[in-house]
Amino acid sequence: MPVKIKMKQDHIDKIKEICKKFNNDGGELINVLHQTQHFIGYLPAEAQELIASELNVSVAHVYGVVSFYSFFTMTPKGEYPISVCMGTACYVRGAERVLDEFKRLLNINVGETTADGKFSLTALRCIGACGLAPVITIGEKVYGRLAPDDVKGIIEEYK
Amino acid sequence: MDVNKKQLRIALRNCGFIDPENIDQYIVRDGYMALANVLMQNNPQAAIEVVKKSGLRGRGGGGFPTGLKWELASKNPSDQKYMICNADEGDPGAFMDRSILEGDPHSVIEAMAIGGFCIGATKGLIYIRAEYPLAIKRLEIAIAQAREYGFLGQKILGSDFDFDLELRYGAGAFVCGEETALIHSMEGMRGEPTFKPPFPAQEGYLKKPSNVNNVETFANIPVIFNKGWEWFSSIGTEKSKGTKVFALAGQINNVGLIEVPMGITLREVIFEIGGGIKGGKQFKAVQTGGPSGGCLTEAFLDTPIDYDNLIAAGSMMGSGGMIVMDETSCMPAVARFYLDFTVEESCGKCTPCRIGNKRLCEILDKIIEGKGTMDDLTILKNLSQVIKDTALCGLGQTSPNPILSTIDHFWDEYVAHVTNKKCPAGQCKSMKQYIIDAEQCIGCTACARACPVGAIKGEKKNPHSINQDLCIKCGACYEKCKFNAISII
Ligand SMILES: Cc1cc2nc3c(=O)[nH]c(=O)nc-3n(C[C@H](O)[C@H](O)[C@H](O)COP(=O)(O)O)c2cc1C
Ligand code: SF4
Ligand code: SF4
Ligand code: SF4
Ligand code: FES
Repeated sequence: MPVKIKMKQDHIDKIKEICKKFNNDGGELINVLHQTQHFIGYLPAEAQELIASELNVSVAHVYGVVSFYSFFTMTPKGEYPISVCMGTACYVRGAERVLDEFKRLLNINVGETTADGKFSLTALRCIGACGLAPVITIGEKVYGRLAPDDVKGIIEEYK
Repeated sequence: MDVNKKQLRIALRNCGFIDPENIDQYIVRDGYMALANVLMQNNPQAAIEVVKKSGLRGRGGGGFPTGLKWELASKNPSDQKYMICNADEGDPGAFMDRSILEGDPHSVIEAMAIGGFCIGATKGLIYIRAEYPLAIKRLEIAIAQAREYGFLGQKILGSDFDFDLELRYGAGAFVCGEETALIHSMEGMRGEPTFKPPFPAQEGYLKKPSNVNNVETFANIPVIFNKGWEWFSSIGTEKSKGTKVFALAGQINNVGLIEVPMGITLREVIFEIGGGIKGGKQFKAVQTGGPSGGCLTEAFLDTPIDYDNLIAAGSMMGSGGMIVMDETSCMPAVARFYLDFTVEESCGKCTPCRIGNKRLCEILDKIIEGKGTMDDLTILKNLSQVIKDTALCGLGQTSPNPILSTIDHFWDEYVAHVTNKKCPAGQCKSMKQYIIDAEQCIGCTACARACPVGAIKGEKKNPHSINQDLCIKCGACYEKCKFNAISII
């Protein structure tokens, strides 16, 4: 299948290199997707097409796998990705109200990125810091024991 | 009260006591001794017998006897078999496996090698969540060190046994914790479960006989060999031996990981180890078993915790999440929270789970919004039973449990929602009403200015009132009023 691809050449080279590292084996698709997403930040359609042709599987198969797993994303994340834990411990300590406040102040929904590309919002399940519930992370940084009132100040830190 | 007094650390024996990136510290604490002894005796059947007699049951949720599982896998002849570790840990609110992998990775590696020897597998695979980068890093370091010391690789410790390990990464799908789905995911496919039989022991990874065990299950194995099955089986209850690690969370004073002997009561865990309910509030319920489990009430506080008792009580052991709730938790809303999780995580392969759970969710929404009827409660129960009976995999077969157990134990609360349109816990927004007491109101207008939707009307210095049709129940007016004129009913 001929592939029309409009990606940066260094992305194309890197994806080909990743596929090769896994012997262009279709059984390694998930590992290939992990490394590609780690490199580009997300999995655009062009990358999926390229991976499909490199691993000799159908684009539908690649898309089927990408859409099945929540770790894989087809939209670029914001510069500061905000993740609100909605695990059980955080939920019973009011995580939903914290999440609502982020939605309100950033004016985006879960899974979206602000227009200026600064913030994106996701909901996670338990990040293993239940003792600090409710917990959010921004990039690598963890914020715990939050109340809705804290949200404004946190966003200010990154403005 | 002493947090440690009632605890007993077997699976967590090394966590926090050794540097997990230094194999020597593991070895000093009897590390790899069990593997050395098993290889020296060179008798897989005898080793399986030890695990069987210990009474160890799977800690991943199902509670299947581990020795028996190994025996089944050992009896299926094949040129290649696989020993698989399930480190997908998907229960939201639980992190036992992660703590073991981060704190004591060698105990899992040693156990997998022992298991590999017992069933005749030369390859081991660890399926781990990509969301656990530190655990992945520690495992990689530990595997490299074990190879260097000759505990992994060819002709381990001078025996004829070869065994090596590889990591496989999950990608955020709860259903991949189910063993057939996990195997498909490792093969690079969508992680959809398939009907059992064939069981993994017959046809697993790449269609070869495979054995899947949980991280915590593995962590128990080396100690069982070092201290003897007699010692292990002396701990716990008649049918549940050893200890269980729980992630204690929720409205409780001491949160965190605990490891307790099977047979301890919920009361001991919650009020002694957990230090009781936060802020002096009333205990209402404890949830075990995650999205597959149920809520237990005060009446079960003195029940000894083991696999069979929890199932009899309408919940289950699960992987070890334990969430304590106080009087402010609304039970239909809690059930809704778990259902929401199931709906999101259902793989969609079979109809009862894909569509049935969605319908359950909608009915719960109706109830929470104050639009439910008694008929809805009947449908909720019947549909739950149908889903349990007809879903393909464990996810769907257990997903209605949070509803059924809360209906069983908190029937009155459901009835209050549908007949009186009241939420006894005061949580359900739509059933709250903010009202202004005309006697108390001095007409300062503070509330009217705070209201984001303009629901409050009134002349200055005259009593104000709230238009209930416009009010979105944000509570802003309640916060603003300095004259105690606004109340919530
Ligand atoms: C929906 C679903 C999710 C599961 N998630 C996990 C999990 O995260 N970790 C785990 O060890 N077992 C999980 N299990 C249980 C596994 O299918 C399997 O029984 C277990 O890994 C076997 O190991 P054990 O016998 O040592 O417990 C899950 C089962 C189901 C049905
Ligand atoms: S019960 Fe749910 S998760 Fe399991 S196979 Fe059916 S749809 Fe998929
Ligand atoms: S804030 Fe209180 S006192 Fe002032 S107008 Fe509103 S209800 Fe009346
Ligand atoms: S609760 Fe909010 S929306 Fe309702 S009247 Fe008060 S301020 Fe207005
Ligand atoms: S539930 Fe939020 S950190 Fe565990």
